[in-house]
Amino acid sequence: MSGYFSDLITGSKSLLVGLGVTLKALVSPVVTVQYPREKIDVSPAFRGHIDLMKDETTGTHRCIVCLSCMKACPCQCITVEGEKQEGVKGKVLTLFTLDFTKCSLCGLCVESCKPHAIDFSDEYELAGFSREEFFYDLLKRVKERA
Amino acid sequence: MDTMQMTLYDVLRMVIAFLLVITIVFINALVMGYLERKVAAKIQRRWGPMEVGLQGWLQMVLDGVKIIAKQLIVPRDADRVVFRVAPLLSFTPVVLPFLVLPFAKNLVGRDINLGLIFIIAVSSINVLSIFVAGWASNNKYSLFGAVRSVSQNIAYEIPILLSLLSVVLITHTYSMQGIVAAQGTVWFCLVQPVACLIYLVSATAETNRAPFDLPEAESELTAGYHTEYSGFGFSLFMIAEYANMFIVCAVATVLFFGGWHGPFSGEYLGVLWFLLKVFLLMLTMIWVRWTYPRVRFDQLMNLAWKYLIPFSLVNLLLTALIVKCI
Amino acid sequence: MATKLERMAGSKHRFLLNMGPQHPSTHGVLRVVLEMDGEYAMELDPVLGYGHRMHEKMAEVRPTSGFYPNTARMDYLGAILFSHGYVGLLERMAGVEVPERAEYIRVITAELNRISSHLVGIGAYVLDLGAFTPILYAFDDREKILDILEAITGSRLTYCYFRAGGVSRDIDDTFIRRTREFIDRMRNRMPMYHDLVTDNIIFLKRTKEIGLIDRDMAIRYGLTGPVLRGSGIAYDVRKSEPYSIYDRFDFEIPTGENGDSFDRYLVRMEEIVQSLRIIEQALDALPDGPVMAKTKKIKLPAGECNYTVEAARGSLSYYLVGDGSDTPYRLKIRVPSYANLSPLPELCRGILLSDLVTAMGSLDLVIPEIDR
Repeated sequence: MSGYFSDLITGSKSLLVGLGVTLKALVSPVVTVQYPREKIDVSPAFRGHIDLMKDETTGTHRCIVCLSCMKACPCQCITVEGEKQEGVKGKVLTLFTLDFTKCSLCGLCVESCKPHAIDFSDEYELAGFSREEFFYDLLKRVKERA
Repeated sequence: MDTMQMTLYDVLRMVIAFLLVITIVFINALVMGYLERKVAAKIQRRWGPMEVGLQGWLQMVLDGVKIIAKQLIVPRDADRVVFRVAPLLSFTPVVLPFLVLPFAKNLVGRDINLGLIFIIAVSSINVLSIFVAGWASNNKYSLFGAVRSVSQNIAYEIPILLSLLSVVLITHTYSMQGIVAAQGTVWFCLVQPVACLIYLVSATAETNRAPFDLPEAESELTAGYHTEYSGFGFSLFMIAEYANMFIVCAVATVLFFGGWHGPFSGEYLGVLWFLLKVFLLMLTMIWVRWTYPRVRFDQLMNLAWKYLIPFSLVNLLLTALIVKCI
Repeated sequence: MATKLERMAGSKHRFLLNMGPQHPSTHGVLRVVLEMDGEYAMELDPVLGYGHRMHEKMAEVRPTSGFYPNTARMDYLGAILFSHGYVGLLERMAGVEVPERAEYIRVITAELNRISSHLVGIGAYVLDLGAFTPILYAFDDREKILDILEAITGSRLTYCYFRAGGVSRDIDDTFIRRTREFIDRMRNRMPMYHDLVTDNIIFLKRTKEIGLIDRDMAIRYGLTGPVLRGSGIAYDVRKSEPYSIYDRFDFEIPTGENGDSFDRYLVRMEEIVQSLRIIEQALDALPDGPVMAKTKKIKLPAGECNYTVEAARGSLSYYLVGDGSDTPYRLKIRVPSYANLSPLPELCRGILLSDLVTAMGSLDLVIPEIDR
């Protein structure tokens, strides 16, 4: 019986305190963002899918077809091909595709890339209707940007 | 000829009142649905609906259109007839009490002299509808919800009755208008604070609102008695829930918060005061819902039998003594 | 245990109730088959495997570095803690010395991750009890952690930040400033959680004395983490066999008294405070230097190795058998949630369905971690 009234009093008090917390939140400013209308700036470190970087001096990519990204990728989602060309030292990139459906965005390929030819893009709105939309031809993309 | 005119007038009055009531029930569901989402969002520091109309005020209308367009799925092993009847059954008892609610001095469907008893009697049917819905769904979770709602019913009906009785002892009338008229000078929430509190707590349980939303306890019973309902069947339950909220808050307003009394209430303007009070009470219920965890059903029993019922009995006794002495 | 009804009616009236894999309070894809007597759960049988992705097998077919992204996908709430165990294992096996600064960064990010994991655990637990609002406040705080970690790791959930020999990216002043801001913010927010949840009479009544695990039972089932500490045993891998540089920090192991759901909740709350202390000390003592060891190529010798860390839900062991090649011969992962799930059938004998949800929520299970 001793706990009967004390329970009632402490209980009611705790309930009122709880209501106070939510009331305070009710009048505090909203913390969310109305997404499609407002957007938060993407962090510069954001790891999106990879992209071939354009070298400002040469106007093209820096890939030397060393295939280290292909080897580093745990998901085998990168395909790189190159061929020997007359008068050019080393190989010339002919194909660089990313199967983004398999990519786990770990960033190991970017770390393995010695000439910093690939980097993360900051695109995150990547919804699509078909699987084919996520097979990226990165070589074509870098040429389009040039 | 004279009697004929009277009946015609009566019939016309009832038809108009009924149409108005149905309109109020639906509009109330829309407004409350919107308010609930908006207030919940603000408590959780979100925006809530924002897309349709200014501050998203049309959202509920569109949701209503969407939900009507949905297919009403009847589970294979359900009791088909009862399954379809249950939402209607939950809808009817919440419409009827509106007929005796005094919105203003001259704005009441029918002021019968047992108005309070009528409301309590009719709104008890709501439990039956929940039970029927849970039973007909032929789903174990639904049945749990149904069984809980029945056991919960015993817990809150008694304190509600006892707390209302202590008001009736003062007013000597069950008529809703009479009770309001008796509060011209002082509201009964000041005269009967204990009864008022007990009523508000039990009323939350009656409407199956958190923290007493045991029949639909989302994290335990998925959605309780309306797990299997889709489309309009589900929305009828929702409309009924909001209408039920309106009724218990209206009863609280009438009995404890002075009904339509207020400055400049006059013959009809009292309706504004009445609605203001009802909506403030409903907002409080929303506020409570988004603050507390859910109680367990044996704890609700404990609360009812160990706190609410003894307190309301003592309160009733004291009221009776004081009324007798005065 | 036979109930009164049962003595009268025999055991026939019991019925099976299938809870999950799509039930709101079996987070993720746990399925629990219950034998119910009215609303009392009498027998319980957890069914696992709905989220099985054969992570351990994947480790056997790819170079050790290829397993980094997998670690984050087992426990999606404590991704950094899981990768901490893996890189620790590789370093111990290959004998790689990790630079000081990298160790400090690891501790800071790991503890941040622990806080964010506990915030979700607490929020989801209170959500199980029917309160919708606290989880959104918890997510508000967690969002701050995610922002801090995103700015440095580039990802918000599957960090993949630690590498054998260091971390993939150095932290900057912004990170330090924001982390300090977060520590202050979180300390100010704790009273709010206590007001809203801990002191709430309904919460107390729902959680006290529910899901009791006493000391013996906790040891018998091999429980770890907050679930074990809730039962009053001060066991924490960070203290008992300090890995990384945890022996340099001053922090306490919070323990409960009764081993009920409430104690487990309270231990998690207290651990958030302790993690904040660790982060603060680590930020104060942060040395300069490289964040990656010189030897980049990890060569695994033949033999076996074990490495245990304290993940958010308990002790996490990676056990690797190498055959001298680049890929492990076998990688076995001991996850805390699997052991923490195991007392559930005993806990739930003869308690109400509502209490079952309470007890299950208080174990803070992450099912993909069990299924792997």
